[in-house]
Amino acid sequence: MKLNKILLIIAIYFLSLNNSFSIEPDIFVQSTVNRASKILSENLTKEKKIEELKKIAIETVDIKGIGFYTLGSARKNLSDEQKKRYSELFEKYFLKSFSSRLAEYTNPEIDVFGKEVLNDKYTIVNSLLKGTSERPEVKIDWRIYTKSKENPLIRDLIIEGLSLARTQKEEFSSILDSNDGNIEALFKTLKEFANNQ
Amino acid sequence: MIKKLIVILFTTFTLIANVSASSDGELLLEKNNPSEVKECFENINRASFAFNQVLDGILFKPVASVYKKLPSPIKSGVSNSLDNLSNLVTIPNNLLQGDFALAGANTGRFLINTTVGVLGLVDVAQHLGMTDYNKEDYGQSLAKAGVGPGCYIVLPILGPSTARDTVASVANFFGGDAWYNVTVKNDTHYFRDIDYYSSKITGGVDFRAKNFDALENLEKNSLDFYASVKSLYLQDRQQKILNVKKIIDTQNDSDWEEIEDQQ
Repeated sequence: MKLNKILLIIAIYFLSLNNSFSIEPDIFVQSTVNRASKILSENLTKEKKIEELKKIAIETVDIKGIGFYTLGSARKNLSDEQKKRYSELFEKYFLKSFSSRLAEYTNPEIDVFGKEVLNDKYTIVNSLLKGTSERPEVKIDWRIYTKSKENPLIRDLIIEGLSLARTQKEEFSSILDSNDGNIEALFKTLKEFANNQ
Repeated sequence: MIKKLIVILFTTFTLIANVSASSDGELLLEKNNPSEVKECFENINRASFAFNQVLDGILFKPVASVYKKLPSPIKSGVSNSLDNLSNLVTIPNNLLQGDFALAGANTGRFLINTTVGVLGLVDVAQHLGMTDYNKEDYGQSLAKAGVGPGCYIVLPILGPSTARDTVASVANFFGGDAWYNVTVKNDTHYFRDIDYYSSKITGGVDFRAKNFDALENLEKNSLDFYASVKSLYLQDRQQKILNVKKIIDTQNDSDWEEIEDQQ
């Protein structure tokens, strides 16, 4: 009886612990956006901003998952060594591309206004980037990977219905097609991008 | 030369287009999936794309950079007027697609905005709470009728398109666009050719200005700018045909699932 009680208390404890750490996807997006906005509005050098944005991306974006999605069917033909090299190169490319895209914005205001649970693993979070005198407002949807409720991750940004992951996938596919499917050519392009720009 | 181009387009179109009398959402989605659109003339397309980039650099980009600095009411007035004019192509296409209620609503929108809205400068219809306006064209009507996109094409000056959409746009010059009819085709004494062409050029500048930073950013951060523009154009086109703005309907989740299994 006593053992049962102890087990019950332990079970309740773990359940409550689990609940307390679970993060709702919309709150996760809003807090990520707020963190990025804060950095962008601060009086920092562009390099410092990029450095800080990269840290946020590493924490909140499923870079490895996006990398393999982006590679499309070509990922099936890679050796383990090539997969490892690809993941490293992709991360460098992604962080550079992502942070330099964001660093152009000063104090972007993004409001999260809704979400749609697709299934256990995915929720789409809807948000709006407020318009300025120079650009119209932009609808941004976030594909959030929710397999781990405590650690949701961003897998795609859908800007006015256009998927960035999909665009990147078709871009990579084009590079592979132009080089007879040679993965080394893609590695070279990724390396050049990361080193040169 | 133009004749040759038309023959090539027509042949491509008829060879690849797959016409079926009926089409449901799934079929439309599949047929217009960007990855299904064939790249038949990549070298020519890339050359045309490069030409357009040069033209953009010496004409559209400098003009758009000045235009985007104009006061917001002027820019929204221009944008509203262009949208209002586009009703003249949207309404017949609403009818072709069997959306009679939408055709009626858009006719009302056009009449209100042209009169009360001072030639479309003010979108009065929106303030009156009318439904959101979605542009339609002859390419979208053909797609709804079950015609596939055919090959991807980059037209000089005009930019990305598909064989179906290029062929369909010819309808505008054969009575399908009332604005073209009253400006270029017929001498109405009220309008001149220049009114039509300047509206088209202004439309290009307005689009360029609205997407100024996004395009600059995309070019700077693309590994293959041509492929990025192609992907974005075809995704956008697919959504316009389906009249949706939801990624849920346009991205195959099985791609992601496969990654789950591999990780």
